Amino acid sequence: MSLFDYTIKELEEKIHNKEVTVEDLVDTSYKRIKEVDGQVHAFLTLNEESAREEAKKLDAAADQTASLFGMPAGIKDNIVTKALRTTCASQFLDNFDDPLYNATVVDKLASQQAVTIGKLNMDEFAMGSSNENSSYTPTRNPWNTDYVPGGSSGGSAASVAAGEVLFSLGSDTGGSIRQPAAFCGVVGLKPTYGRVSRFGLVAFASSLDQIGPITRNVEDNARVLEVIAGIDPMDSTSANVDVPKYTEALTGDVKGLKIAVPKEYLAEGVAPEVKESVLQALKVYESLGATWEEVSLPHSKYAVATYYLLSSSEASANLARFDGVRYGVRSENADNMIDMFKKSRSEGFGEEVKRRIMLGTFALSSGYYDAYYKKAQKVRTLIKNDFDKIFEDYDVVIGPTTPTPAFKVGEKIDDPLTMYANDILTIPVNLAGVPGISLPCGFSEEGLPFGLQIIGKHFDESTVYRAAHAYEQATDHHKKRPQLGGAN
Amino acid sequence: MADITKEQVKHVANLARLAITEEEAEMFQGQLNSIISFAEQLNELDTEGVEPTTHVLDLKNVLRKDEPKEWITQEEALKNAPDKKDGHYRVPSILE
Repeated sequence: MSLFDYTIKELEEKIHNKEVTVEDLVDTSYKRIKEVDGQVHAFLTLNEESAREEAKKLDAAADQTASLFGMPAGIKDNIVTKALRTTCASQFLDNFDDPLYNATVVDKLASQQAVTIGKLNMDEFAMGSSNENSSYTPTRNPWNTDYVPGGSSGGSAASVAAGEVLFSLGSDTGGSIRQPAAFCGVVGLKPTYGRVSRFGLVAFASSLDQIGPITRNVEDNARVLEVIAGIDPMDSTSANVDVPKYTEALTGDVKGLKIAVPKEYLAEGVAPEVKESVLQALKVYESLGATWEEVSLPHSKYAVATYYLLSSSEASANLARFDGVRYGVRSENADNMIDMFKKSRSEGFGEEVKRRIMLGTFALSSGYYDAYYKKAQKVRTLIKNDFDKIFEDYDVVIGPTTPTPAFKVGEKIDDPLTMYANDILTIPVNLAGVPGISLPCGFSEEGLPFGLQIIGKHFDESTVYRAAHAYEQATDHHKKRPQLGGAN
Repeated sequence: MADITKEQVKHVANLARLAITEEEAEMFQGQLNSIISFAEQLNELDTEGVEPTTHVLDLKNVLRKDEPKEWITQEEALKNAPDKKDGHYRVPSILE
């Protein structure tokens, strides 16, 4: 048994009772990383010296009451950390060793005295669903290292599943927290758009991106969100909405909860065993006194096309800042400035990033803007309206997180459209801006986890957490651990 | 079926400030054509009179007073630059 099999609340008690020190926790992280990260490849950069110093300081502190006191955390590598290398898993930022400031979420974790263990692997600039687009060695799935961990927050999910950290932060633009959480058998929440500050998150698609927690259980997840949520003067899109105590929503009581199950989420293309695990979960909810009905989100099938037009368009603008002037790796083969921009970008960006910049630039270019970009913005409205309508009558929407469990490394990498289709059940949530969680709801014959997705109303993470927690407590999927080498 | 030519692909690459080889131009031509063809399914929907969503929250302009605050120094701003001189970023010649 690892210390990371305990919840944050349990570890807090152990610290207060002097059974466990922060040094023990930090040591648990680095020992485990040394033991298994050669197989998992979740980490790009370690913060070992500072983290160990910090642990000593915390153990000596008089006040040990901060809500994440001494908890070892991993940070996705597109979230900026002051003086700690931040690469977005891109060659382009290979030398970005000395960022000037912390993302707001990193400052908030520090203010509650969590300890940063290191920076986590991902698909380059968060573009991908498998981690295979990392410019470094891609992360593998801890349940079976022949399989992908999902993406783009693959390192964030795999590090928690493998017991290398207690929790992590990821970012989710079209499913990038929930899909890897599902593939790795952990709990991942994409908050409502505007719930968490994006200041210091390297922007991919600014109208869709959100930072969220990945944990081993729902209670820990709620606890981390309490810390990172809230308005931030540095992000004008962060919302001025009070942050409730999410942990107080975890009552276990879902009597009378009204669940909508979109027929499109259990349609053809969803693997029978995934569908079965969701139907089983719905039975659990019935036994707890909730009710469910089949509904329709009629524009779901247009979500993938809408998403790729909008997110790539936004990305093409956001990634214009990588020009080899202020930071990053500059091409040495250029004779003039424009040539320097072009060569630095061509040498620095990987293929998927270039593909999306090309697609986005095309969709925004003169003559095509109305036909593609604006059309997609209009369809986005229809997709959002679908959710608004359902939420007039229901408390949450439930379905699978992904149509299938994790796929094998190399299986989908050659066909962008097949890879994109993998996000069909998570993308609509970002387009509508509503919160969604993925939590474990079963295992395939090969022993790979499935994720149950629970979607809520804008700013109603409390109900999402309450529903997720009640299901989790009634089942034991979250107690299973992957069998990597070494003690788990 | 979308019909993006290789010339268009090169034009888009230039707009995006990407240098691409002939082979890449061909690869992107095929891939952009298939992605755009896929995206044309959106034309099945009548969106006449539908407002485009740029932002899911009902945000108004967020304003603050224009007051200077402590941020980074010139030295810090230059710290990660690949090339710098006398307190400035240095780039190759702008004129050919």
